[in-house]
Amino acid sequence: MIRVERRTHVPRWLVWTSPVAGILLALLVGSALLALAGIDPLAAYAAIVRAGFLGGAYALSDTAVKATPLLLCGLACALAFRANLWNVGAEGQLLLGAWAATGVASFWLPGDTPRLPMLLAMGGAAALAGAAWSAVPGVLRARWRVNEIISSLMLVYVAARWNNYWIYGPWSDRGFQLTPRFPKTAWLPRLSDWASEVPAFAGLTVHAGLLVGLAAAVAVWVLLSRTGWGFGVRLLGANERAARYAGVPIRWRIVSVMALSGGLAGLAGACEVSGVVHRLQENFSPGYGFTAILVAWLARLNPWAVIGVALLLGGLLVGGREVQPAGIPLMLQGVVLFSLIFCEAAIRYRIVRSTPPDPGLVGGGDAR
Amino acid sequence: MSGTDWGAFAQSLCAAGVARGTPLLYATVGEILAERSGVLNLGLEGLMLAGAMAGFGVAHLTGNAWLGLAAALGTGALLSLLHALSAVYLRADQVVSSLALAFLGMGLASVLGAPLVGLGEVARLPAFPIPLLGRIPVLGPVFFDHNVVVYLSYLLIPAVWFYIHRTRPGLHLRASGENPAAADALGVRVQLIRVGHVVAGGALASVAGATLSLAITPGWIDGMTAGQGWIALALVIFAGWSPLRAMAGAYLFGAIRRLPLDLQGVPGIVQDNPNLGYFLDMLPYLVTVAVLVFAGRESVRRRVGAPAALGKPFGREER
Repeated sequence: MIRVERRTHVPRWLVWTSPVAGILLALLVGSALLALAGIDPLAAYAAIVRAGFLGGAYALSDTAVKATPLLLCGLACALAFRANLWNVGAEGQLLLGAWAATGVASFWLPGDTPRLPMLLAMGGAAALAGAAWSAVPGVLRARWRVNEIISSLMLVYVAARWNNYWIYGPWSDRGFQLTPRFPKTAWLPRLSDWASEVPAFAGLTVHAGLLVGLAAAVAVWVLLSRTGWGFGVRLLGANERAARYAGVPIRWRIVSVMALSGGLAGLAGACEVSGVVHRLQENFSPGYGFTAILVAWLARLNPWAVIGVALLLGGLLVGGREVQPAGIPLMLQGVVLFSLIFCEAAIRYRIVRSTPPDPGLVGGGDAR
Repeated sequence: MSGTDWGAFAQSLCAAGVARGTPLLYATVGEILAERSGVLNLGLEGLMLAGAMAGFGVAHLTGNAWLGLAAALGTGALLSLLHALSAVYLRADQVVSSLALAFLGMGLASVLGAPLVGLGEVARLPAFPIPLLGRIPVLGPVFFDHNVVVYLSYLLIPAVWFYIHRTRPGLHLRASGENPAAADALGVRVQLIRVGHVVAGGALASVAGATLSLAITPGWIDGMTAGQGWIALALVIFAGWSPLRAMAGAYLFGAIRRLPLDLQGVPGIVQDNPNLGYFLDMLPYLVTVAVLVFAGRESVRRRVGAPAALGKPFGREER
């Protein structure tokens, strides 16, 4: 008789096949859904790959631009998820970071502030704003055990309306639904800035935010795996009771992890307005903070892997611009997550051919 | 402000609260069923949108709104089956699995619903005042002059309450959520019960979406639920996992959602402060957070809380 039993040990090679198999399965299911919607799946995939990865330097530069906020927000999610804190509101923290950076660049600092202090002030303000925004669910969770999933998500909607108030109201540029363009000193340097010296850089919009993201990945890795604080975070995520017995200050650790996570997402917002749009406007983020949840999960919460996954999904977003309707990337994300879950589960079990065990022995045999 | 009749204002706000609260109510009760069985389903927002899209689409194709409602029911059941299988049998992390469901539902609704955008008039579910009851002063207009989906919820909610608290399958449901090992020892088929209730709850969540697109705010716009699926999750906690208390919470939130719109008609408030609208729009979300804090403290004080096994997979081999 054929039956399914749980593996006692999952071989190493299998652990890394599951994401690959998951993505393949997702492509398959995704094409069925696309076909159902009357879209030629092969053409859609081809358009995505061409626009995102194979289109030469421009495509790679565009992909890197999209990957930058995904990288920072993905790190934000990975950090919080490591502590078993579900900060799913990175989008709101990103929005608020963008708001604070805009305030610094266009309104709070004089326009003739030199570039370096200007950029540092923008980044600092954005990180603080994002951190403050995510500290709210953190404090509520630490103090009253309020579910941080719902509270962090609710604050996304509040942040969007907060930004709209400023965009349409006090900060509106001559009544248009955007703020005035930043002074040049508030722009993150781009490769195309050096086009006069290096002609090959012309038109490449990849900006210094990518370096910020890479530095953040290193910082998160060091924090998590090389410091006592990070050990406490991982312990909190693995087993809260054990963390308490080990003397980890649980409440304080929850708030600090959430704040740091929100700070990273806030930085993503600053990089986006400073490196790409150069002003604040509605809907400048196509949901980076939500895609970041998938980024963190695909990367198995590993900061190094977040870099690679962010680039991969950045390409998907660039390519996604080429295909309509706009919901395709979101739908594919859901499909990828589910495929991953099913493949993940599949590697934990194996199919064996055997005689059914004596019912009387099942309990004893499995408990060991 | 002398020109404003505040009595009429309050009455119409309450009536609108009941109407706007009804989609929330369906979604909340669906989630209560799932969570009572021990399975968290964060996918409500996706289920609602998919249901709203499917309901509207089928009503458009067939010209029959009831078929649309049935299509939403099927859509929700099918989609939530994915989450049920991965959470119950594959023992996946319920947060991740149901977030995947949320993404999938939102994306599917956007992709498959794209051709439906901008179709104005399609079949709607009927609205009518209830004879006699509708003529009671104040209570009549507030509770008995609505769309048929509102009346259906008046029947559904007590029925679900009776099912959970007064029937044998309801007892098995609660046992699966509180102490699955003990329930299993007594012969309750815990996994089957969980799958069944996640599917039923998901179907209700999609019906909630269809009540929006076919009755309360007729039409299909991508993202038309505007976060109501997430608010329903908070309402479950607010309601202490009881369908009857969910009713009060849903109507309260319905009224809060409606408030900015109604205030626009009152001279001297929004018209004089056009920016106030942005902050009034934040209210439902801020109140949701406040409610979570309040409900959290309350449940500690009264010692009622989430089903003890909520979010924890159950399988015999792991006992």
